[in-house]
Amino acid sequence: MPTDFQMPPASDLIPLAPQLIVAVLGMVVLLADAISPKMSKRALANLTLIGLVAALVVQLGLKASPATVMQNMVIGDQYASFFNAVFLIGTILSVLLSVDFLAIEQIGHGEYYALLLLTTVGMMIMAAATDLIIVFLGLEVLSISLYILAGYARDRLASEEAAMKYFLLGSFASAFFLYGVALIYGATQSTNLIKIASQVAAGGAPSPLLIAGAALLVVGFGFKVAVVPFHIWTPDVYEGAPTSVTAFMSVGAKAAGFAAFLRVFSMALPGLGAESARVVALLSALTMVVGNFVAAVQTNIKRLLAYSSIAHAGYMMVGMVAAIYPNGDANRNEAIAAVLFYTLAYTVTNLGAFAVVMAFRRDGHELLELDDYAGLGLKYPALGAAMTLFMISLAGLPPTVGFLGKLYLFRAAVIAGHTPLVVVGVLTSVVSVYFYLAVIVRMYMVAPATESADGETAKPAVATSSGHLALGLGLAALATLLLGIWPGRVLDQAQNAWQAFSQAVARL
Amino acid sequence: MLSLILFIPVLGAMLLAFMPRQGENGLKTAAFGVSVVTFAVSVALWLGFNGGDDARYQFVQNMEWVPQLGIRYHLAVDGISLVLILLTTLLSAIAILASWTAVHERVKEYLIFLLLLETGMLGVFMARDLLLFYVFWEIMLLPMYFLIGIWGGPRRIYATIKFVLYTLVGSLLMLVAILYLYQVSATGGAPATFDLDTAFRVAPTLSSPTQLWLFLAFGLAFAIKVPMFPFHTWLPDAHVEAPTAGSVILAGVMLKMGTYGFLRFCMMLFPATSIRLAPYLILLGVIGIVYGALVALVQTDVKKLVAYSSVSHLGFVLLGMFALNQQGMQGAVLQMINHGLSTGGLFLMVGMIYARRHTREMKEVGGLWKVVPIFTLFFLIVTLSSIGLPGLNGFVGEFLILLGAFEAPSMRILTAVGATGVILGAAYMLWLFQRVLQGPLDNPENQKLTDLSLREIAVMVPLVALIFLIGIYPNFLLRQFDQSVSGIVARVASARQGINTEARRNLPVLEALKGAR
Repeated sequence: MPTDFQMPPASDLIPLAPQLIVAVLGMVVLLADAISPKMSKRALANLTLIGLVAALVVQLGLKASPATVMQNMVIGDQYASFFNAVFLIGTILSVLLSVDFLAIEQIGHGEYYALLLLTTVGMMIMAAATDLIIVFLGLEVLSISLYILAGYARDRLASEEAAMKYFLLGSFASAFFLYGVALIYGATQSTNLIKIASQVAAGGAPSPLLIAGAALLVVGFGFKVAVVPFHIWTPDVYEGAPTSVTAFMSVGAKAAGFAAFLRVFSMALPGLGAESARVVALLSALTMVVGNFVAAVQTNIKRLLAYSSIAHAGYMMVGMVAAIYPNGDANRNEAIAAVLFYTLAYTVTNLGAFAVVMAFRRDGHELLELDDYAGLGLKYPALGAAMTLFMISLAGLPPTVGFLGKLYLFRAAVIAGHTPLVVVGVLTSVVSVYFYLAVIVRMYMVAPATESADGETAKPAVATSSGHLALGLGLAALATLLLGIWPGRVLDQAQNAWQAFSQAVARL
Repeated sequence: MLSLILFIPVLGAMLLAFMPRQGENGLKTAAFGVSVVTFAVSVALWLGFNGGDDARYQFVQNMEWVPQLGIRYHLAVDGISLVLILLTTLLSAIAILASWTAVHERVKEYLIFLLLLETGMLGVFMARDLLLFYVFWEIMLLPMYFLIGIWGGPRRIYATIKFVLYTLVGSLLMLVAILYLYQVSATGGAPATFDLDTAFRVAPTLSSPTQLWLFLAFGLAFAIKVPMFPFHTWLPDAHVEAPTAGSVILAGVMLKMGTYGFLRFCMMLFPATSIRLAPYLILLGVIGIVYGALVALVQTDVKKLVAYSSVSHLGFVLLGMFALNQQGMQGAVLQMINHGLSTGGLFLMVGMIYARRHTREMKEVGGLWKVVPIFTLFFLIVTLSSIGLPGLNGFVGEFLILLGAFEAPSMRILTAVGATGVILGAAYMLWLFQRVLQGPLDNPENQKLTDLSLREIAVMVPLVALIFLIGIYPNFLLRQFDQSVSGIVARVASARQGINTEARRNLPVLEALKGAR
């Protein structure tokens, strides 16, 4: 750590403006709720939305600069700003989804939005961090807020269990991560990503200390992004947490995990490329196989989406393998762009799918068993069409963003020379088509049961009408379709993300 | 012009989406109108196409789609695509007309899916960019999935999932092959591209084992679609459960995508490998001919019988194609059209029986010719066309195929075995005719059947007219794709010169067959 510490100039705050806006917004929301408890939660949500949109506008308007600030601790480059935009979009959609859901479930306390915003700050810090300590800081801000959110439905036992499980296992993972940071510091005398990179490059054969440290980092990140075999918590936590929280963490925490995972391994540890690529490729194949096959036998939609989320982590790891062992710098650029684009694709698609899940209720309860969806597509054509679109996109079929994202990932992996991994990817995709279509089968092709299990006449499922939810759902559907047909500018942004950064590193 | 044909059905589907659900006839009229317009424009395409020109690809449209990934929106047609496009637009219009009384539930969605399906199929025949081709290939899967799954028979869910999964296993491996070709297409400083012309240039230069793997990846996707023995098991299920229009499109057009794929991609990309694998593919084709025919013989369900006859007929197409000479390939393309007309016609007529009697079991019907003479006439013509009676279309196609296959090196015995399929075909088709239409009219329920309505006659007349026209004057079709076929044959022939000696080494399989006999 630098001993000659001096206050960084105030201009260093400019690249961090979006993070600051969201952080301040979080405190404002918290205070507003404390000061005037009578303020309607809907107003609070709208305040949150306005602030988030403002942050997104600032983020998109901010000129990305590939120079590190704050004593080389953070950076406001194109990579960070792409991820930040994804996080903000994810949070905006999550808030839209949450408003009426919380009211119906009667868990609409004001802290909810504050915690959501703090989680987002954590994610944004992780994407911008160029120092392992800052990565850890972001990780903890993210995690601690999520532990609370997972247990937010505190009178439901499952929610408490989810929070406890997530907290215990998450703490373990954090410890692994921190130990990894310590070992890497021991091997390279630095926690700064760029300095670690130059140390590794200069040091010849990597020391056992460094390899052990990197392996521990894989465990820590692997837990956050839900990679097999560090995925055990995922289905239980996803099932137990309130659905709005599940939706949020399934996309946000995963994207943030990948933002830091990818940056650390392609920026600080490219010298370990061949070795770490082998490990990551193995984990990736394992994740795709386990995630997809186990998802195929689920009967609960939240668990299905949980295993699907594990499987998608596997697909993103395919891109990571190509990024850390790319066989040429141009290929690395493509691979990183592919992961970035896929994160966006997964965010809009998965939130859309959760929006449909949250739209349906029966007899005051959420509709969570797959069999409950029988006939709903025909009864509610718009929701049915939207769910079909999201399932097709998750399955990776055209003309959706999911297809283009997967194509981009696989393309990057093939040009980087990892064709066997891609074959695993496409074959497991076939399995995934089976269970995503199973949802559509139920919605369109199975007649609804007229009697419930105990012989009583079942009440019909109904769709809740909510302006916020409809808006979120509509935006997600629009993005899923349009980005699949005209990805144009968004792809440009993703492709520029790493280029600018790698030039900057070369200058250092 | 190609974009116009391609997107009229999509625009029609969007229009339908905004139409009120109640006016069932209005919806059907609108959808039929859209499909007729599409057909009319494709006829204009036909008239504008110059079959004698040596510029084989015409009506080219080439622009960027996703430049960051090297995907182009590149459409063009050659003679083979042209005739298949005409077949698609014709059968789509007929399929919609044929659904007039058969479908009353969720008519709106039904018609929307049919129109989207049409766009997907047309795109497959027009695309000149590997990835664009792949996109259309996958897009057409989903409407068919819904058509079978929502409007199908009792086992529709099983059938439709099987259909989708079978198809996807093949097509996703094809995607990997496409990505591999993309990767190697970057030569000499040029950026990588999915463009087909570049792939045509690069693919034959790859090493022989690589070509083999890529051929197999493409070939599996196409073999499942054809369907080639032993990948055919999805077909009877899908056909039996699908609604009539679905069966017509499935048999009439979608199966042709497999054979079209072999011609356009496998042969053009990997001519040398095609020569090496031709004996094996012919062997599988011949097994398909005989096996399909034998299984068809023992069916009691009319629709299943027609489904298995498709396996047999498509075996002929494979036999002709992989004879790798002008006659064989011409016959194969012609037979693709013929099969669309005659099997499409058969499925339509099975649908007409089903609409009246709600059964497809042969023992439930019999002696119908007394009560439905017009139906009998059409059924007879279509049956004879399927058998290959001289003067009707099936004869020309089968004759050319057998002629070509007989001239291919060392294929005589296999061709002879395949030719028995013609006899078996006559057996099961005439048997079908006999059991459905002749014999005693002893079931009282059959005695009050009504004959074809004007609409149903209108459905059959275009098919029957084409059956006669192709049978008597096939040249009007042949001359459109003559040049395109010779282009493929010439490409394969030039590759053959290089590996003439190597090709001979592939004969052991045939030797073994001879020994076994």
